[in-house]
Amino acid sequence: MSWLSILALALQTAIGFQAAYHALAAVGLNLHFGYTGLSNFGHVGFMLVGAYGVGIAAERGWGLGVGILLGVGAAVVLGLLLGIPTLRLRGDYLAIVTIAVAEMLRLVANAGPSARLTGGARGFGGLSSKLGFYEHNVFEPRPGGYGIGESFVFSHQQLWAMLWTWGLTLVACLLVYLLVRSPWGRVLKSIREDEDAARALGKNVVVYKLQSFVLGGVIGAFAGMLIVLQAGAISPSRWIAPLTFAIYTVVILGGAGTIWGPVVGSVVYWFVIQFAEGVINNLWFDVSDTTVGALRLAIMGLGLMLLMVYRPQGILGSKKEMLAGARQ
Amino acid sequence: MPASSPLADVAREPGVAKPDPILVASGVTRRYGGVTAVDVDHLEVERGIITSLIGPNGAGKTTFFNLLCGFDRADEGSWTFEGERADGVKPHRLARRGMVRTFQLTKTLGRLSVLDNMLLAAANPGERFLPALFTPGRWGRIEADNRDRADELLRRFKLDHLRDEYAAGLSGGQRKLLEMARALMTDPSLVMLDEPMAGVNPALTQSLLQHVTALRDEGMSVLFVEHDMDVIMTISDWVVCMAEGRIIAEGTPADIAGDDKVIEAYLGIDHGGQTTGSIS
Repeated sequence: MSWLSILALALQTAIGFQAAYHALAAVGLNLHFGYTGLSNFGHVGFMLVGAYGVGIAAERGWGLGVGILLGVGAAVVLGLLLGIPTLRLRGDYLAIVTIAVAEMLRLVANAGPSARLTGGARGFGGLSSKLGFYEHNVFEPRPGGYGIGESFVFSHQQLWAMLWTWGLTLVACLLVYLLVRSPWGRVLKSIREDEDAARALGKNVVVYKLQSFVLGGVIGAFAGMLIVLQAGAISPSRWIAPLTFAIYTVVILGGAGTIWGPVVGSVVYWFVIQFAEGVINNLWFDVSDTTVGALRLAIMGLGLMLLMVYRPQGILGSKKEMLAGARQ
Repeated sequence: MPASSPLADVAREPGVAKPDPILVASGVTRRYGGVTAVDVDHLEVERGIITSLIGPNGAGKTTFFNLLCGFDRADEGSWTFEGERADGVKPHRLARRGMVRTFQLTKTLGRLSVLDNMLLAAANPGERFLPALFTPGRWGRIEADNRDRADELLRRFKLDHLRDEYAAGLSGGQRKLLEMARALMTDPSLVMLDEPMAGVNPALTQSLLQHVTALRDEGMSVLFVEHDMDVIMTISDWVVCMAEGRIIAEGTPADIAGDDKVIEAYLGIDHGGQTTGSIS
């Protein structure tokens, strides 16, 4: 593999479907963590309920519209159920409860007794035709796909999934942009800074936290839905805590509390991961696949550490704002 | 206190009734395990004057204060604000009804600009989710009015040159001023100040005291928690002294400064010991 194709493949991954759904989920998490100061460590739980909403509806032949309603409804219910008892508590309790609930959801979906509803450990496959997601694809199948050269190439199906996912990411960013520059967004930020001060100034802190929690969760659920739409299948093993951590990395890398941080963070994250993998595979000695997988994560970890030391506010974050936070 | 004061004819005794109280509390207790931190039989806070709540460290002043504004839950007791029930009411509701508080350790919102700190305190329909998205024109106009009011207050508190800075960049004294200015943005009728002079240099203390006096002169009521007697003597119209969770004395600053029970509470003199002189 030439260096040029390593670079092309890294670029392809950086704007590909994976980067897109990480960005979309990160927009939701950014609303929680970056703007409201909520340590939601169970974001993958919101993705899971969105995904299963669409997956279960498709399996039963209810169609995509019902599936989306189901997924959004489940995310709202999860946000309220999880938020009402926990958002009154201190931040670290929320982190513990959310990570536990997300794990519970995955284990319940995975468990034998729920197999009739969720498909159990195997989940559901072959949903593509039932979902009908690719039926409206505007990109025609083309031998060799769309792109330049051999590595920077997408299939017509990949392009369709990317179009929707990046499109929704754009809509979500726009929504966040409109909201955070409104007085509503100012209240969110004040809660992030000091919720007692917000309370003393007449703000119903719990309601704002719930709104932020539910809205960010619904955005996460859409990311989950798109994963099912793209794959045409669903299984419980995908919705594990490391996915939440990857989305946190994306948020922090891009700059928590910035509009476009999640997008930039996701693109850079996937570029670095894919580039590292390409370089490791292209060394003069052989490295096994499992080692590559571990190494690229180690490289990402190292990159995050360097970022925290040299640019803790993330790529788009303002250093002045970050220092203001540290000086509180 | 001037002869025309509304409290000129009021008896100098704990729990005394006042002619026009804005806040009336009865039977308020707060216990932590076996310790009774607050045990107040009755207190009335007169409208339109500066009332100071004093007492030595550990007297329960701040706990009582937190109970009144809803930041802590009382075990027993009831109180009214502007004639309406205020016990068991959430702090943000009390704030909207006109009871605004500040904090002993200032709570400026560091990663918000000074102006945004001020605007946050003013009510705006754009703070609700759907209007925030769909009626930007409407809340934008209110925002512009609020901004004018904020600028005026910032000038008064000499913070106008810091308007667009992050609040975290302010000095300790400037934060105290910002917190007071921000409280005024809520259009309060009762301003509750929790030890506003704690850790403040003498020059700023004078400036803060002037601002507090100005609040009264504009018709607001002020309830002021302070443990340093010297600070409040000059500006208070009425002083309430707490010790060990109870109100032990009420009166004008002059009455309180000469009150044996107050001196005893502050100096911890044994019963039966001789006390001479007074606290100035």
